[in-house]
Amino acid sequence: MKIRSQIGMVLNLDKCIGCHTCSITCKNVWTSREGVEYAWFNNVETKPGIGYPKEWENQDKWNGGWERKSNGDIQPRIGGKYRVLANIFANPDMPEIDDYYEPFDYDYQHLHTAPIVEHQPTARPRSVISGKRMEKIEWGPNWEEILGTEFEKRSKDKNFDNMQKDVYGEFENTFMMYLPRLCEHCLNPACVASCPSGAIYKREEDGIVLIDQEKCRGWRMCISGCPYKKIYYNWKSGKSEKCIFCYPRIEAGMPTVCSETCVGRIRYLGVLLYDADKIKEVASTASEQDLYEKQLEVFLDPFDPAVIEQARKDGVADSVIQAAQKSPVYKMAMDWKLALPLHPEYRTLPMVWYIPSLSPIQNAAESGTLGKAGVIPDVRSLRIPVKYLANLLTAGDEAPVITALERMLAMRAYKRAENVEGVEDLEVLQQVGLTKKQADEMYRYLAIANYEDRYVIPSGHREMNVPEAYGEKSGCGFTFGNGCSDGHNGVNMFGGKKVTRRNIIKTVSVED
Amino acid sequence: MSNLNFLLFGIYPFVAIAVFFIGCWIRYDREPYSWKADSSQIFDQKGFRLASYLFHIGVIFILGGHFVGLLTPESIYHHFISTPDKQLLAMVSGGFFGILCFIGTVMLIRRRLNNDRVKANTKRSDLVVLFLLLLQVTLGLLTIVASAQHLDGSVMVLLADWAQSIVTLQGVQATESIESVNIIYKLHILVGLTLIMIFPFTRLVHVISVPVKYFTRGYQIVRQR
Repeated sequence: MKIRSQIGMVLNLDKCIGCHTCSITCKNVWTSREGVEYAWFNNVETKPGIGYPKEWENQDKWNGGWERKSNGDIQPRIGGKYRVLANIFANPDMPEIDDYYEPFDYDYQHLHTAPIVEHQPTARPRSVISGKRMEKIEWGPNWEEILGTEFEKRSKDKNFDNMQKDVYGEFENTFMMYLPRLCEHCLNPACVASCPSGAIYKREEDGIVLIDQEKCRGWRMCISGCPYKKIYYNWKSGKSEKCIFCYPRIEAGMPTVCSETCVGRIRYLGVLLYDADKIKEVASTASEQDLYEKQLEVFLDPFDPAVIEQARKDGVADSVIQAAQKSPVYKMAMDWKLALPLHPEYRTLPMVWYIPSLSPIQNAAESGTLGKAGVIPDVRSLRIPVKYLANLLTAGDEAPVITALERMLAMRAYKRAENVEGVEDLEVLQQVGLTKKQADEMYRYLAIANYEDRYVIPSGHREMNVPEAYGEKSGCGFTFGNGCSDGHNGVNMFGGKKVTRRNIIKTVSVED
Repeated sequence: MSNLNFLLFGIYPFVAIAVFFIGCWIRYDREPYSWKADSSQIFDQKGFRLASYLFHIGVIFILGGHFVGLLTPESIYHHFISTPDKQLLAMVSGGFFGILCFIGTVMLIRRRLNNDRVKANTKRSDLVVLFLLLLQVTLGLLTIVASAQHLDGSVMVLLADWAQSIVTLQGVQATESIESVNIIYKLHILVGLTLIMIFPFTRLVHVISVPVKYFTRGYQIVRQR
C-alpha cells in the first residue's frame, strides 16, 4: 500500500443554477490572455447538448481516455507509444479551433468614433485570431445555453446512448440540467500518459495535475488524450495549458476561485486518501459498469488506524490526515454515496465528482397519482431520465444514481416531517439505508452548506520546501517560466512574444 | 584555393556550427518557455496532415541520408557498396524523398500564406525557414541533375571529403576538396549552413526535442515536492 492524498471536488448539480460565475471568475484570473481566449478551464454546459468542444463526450470521434486491451492491459485510446509518436507531425484526433469556437471581440471603439449617421452605429464582431471581420458568429463557448439550438443537433449528446431519445425532443418531455466542468485531476490521467515530452505530472501531495510550461514542446497529444477535452493549446505560446486547480490558493488552504465564487454553494473541496498501488488494477477493471464501484476501493478510510500509520510512513502530513477525516468529499462519495464520478468509463479515475440533480416529477398531472416507492416518489418519474444521469455518471449503471436520488429525496422528506409536521420520520430514512445522524449531516452539508464545511483544505506548507527562506526574498511568484520573466524581455533573439498583454485588434476607424 | 572559397567553405561552416551549438545551449537554458514545435494545426486541418507528413518524412530521410552518406568513411562503406552504386542510391532515394519534401513544403507555404488564421499568426522566422527549406530542397533536387553527368561517384567523394574534413576541424583541407565542384553543390551547402546557423533562433529547435524518452518511461508521472 502506498498512500497519497488528493484534494477532490464535489459539485452538487441539484443546486447549480447555471449562472456561470465560476467560469467567469476563472477566466478573469487564469485565461484572459491572448492565445487562450477560447479556453475555459471551467465551463458550464446545458445538458442535454453536445457541449464544448463539440461532442467532447463522443470518444468514437475524439479517442480520449483509456481503452482496455484484450490482454487486460490498458493504454491511451489514441494509441500505444508508437502510434502516438507516429502521429506527432499531425495529430489526427485533435479538435480544430472551430470545434471550440473562433474567439471574437467587438469593435467597440467604433461606437465612439463613428461619424454622425442616420442609424445608430454598431460594434461588429472581429476574430481575435485573424483580426478579420466575422460576419456571423455561428458558435460560442455556451451556444446551447438553456437548450439553445434545435433538439436534432443537441441529441447527438452521447449520454442519450441506449435511450429512446426522440421522446425527449417533444416539448412535454423536455428536460435540462447544468453541468459545470473543469479538469478532473484524475488518479489515472490519460493526458499525462500521452504526453511525449513528459511535461505533465501529478503532484504527490495534493494530486493536482499540472503542465510544466518549460518542458512542454507543444506536441498536442494531451489534448487528444484527455477525454474531457480540458487541455487547451495556447496558440500564442505554442504550449498546452489546463486548469491548475488554483494550486497557489490550495497551497495556502484556500478554495479554488470557481469554488470560492460559486453563488449556489454547490462546490465542495476536501482531502481523499488513496492507495496509489491500486490505481492500475482498478483502472483496468473489465466491465465499464464496475468502474465506479472499483474506484471507491481506491479510497481509504481516514479513521482506520492502519491507514493513518501507513499514511504517516508515506509522508502524508498530520494536518492532511486530519483534513481527510473532516473531508466533505469523503462524506459525499463514500459515506452517503451521493457523489458520482463523471464518465468513469474513460478509466481515468476522475477526482471531480457530481451529485446528480433531482428534477420535477414528470407524469404526476397526467396519471393523477404519483408513482411512489413507499413515502418517497419513484425516481423514475423524475423529469430527468435516470438512464441519462447514469450514462453521465456511472457508465450506464442506474442503481447508484437511483440510490443517490432516493437518499436526497428521503433526507428532504425526513426534514419536512421534522420541520412542518413536527414528527421524526425515521422510516423514510431506513428505506434508503440512512441513519438519523447521516441525514442530519446531509442536511447540514447540502442545504446549509457552510463555508467551513464545504472547504476543508490543509495548507500545503510550501515554506517547508524552501531550505533557505532568505534566498527567496523578493523572488517572483507566478511566472510564465524563464525565471522571473513574463516570457518576454523586450529584445529577444529567440522570437519570444509577450504573453500577458493583448495586442490584437486595432479598433479605431474600421473600413470593410 | 581562393579566399572566397576558404571563407565560405573553410570558415563559415565553423561559424554556423558554433552559432548552432551556443545558440541552442543558451536558448534551452535561458528561454525554455520558447522551446516548442509551434504547431498551427489548431487553426486549420484541411490538407494539413498530408502536407505535414510529406514534408517531415521527406526531411527526416534526407537528413539521415546526408549524415550517413557524407560522414561514413570510404573504407567502411566499401565493404557494402561500391562508390558508383552508392551515388546511384543517393540520387534515387534522395530524389524520391526530395520530391516528397518539395511537395510538402509547397503545400505548407500555400497554407501559411492563404489561411487567414495561420497567416495572422505567422512569424517572420516561420517564413524565412519555410522559404529557405524550399530553396534548399530545390537546390538539392537540381544537384541530382548535375550528378547525372558523372555517375562514377567522384564528386560525391569530394563532397564527403569536405564534410569529413569539417567535422574533423580541418578547414583548409575541406576547402581544397570542394573547390572544383559544380556551383550548384556549393549553393546547396551554403544554404544548408545558413539553415544550421539560424536554427537556434527559429522553431526548428523542436527537432532536437524528439521525444525518444517517451518509449522508456512509464505512463504516469508523479512529482514529489
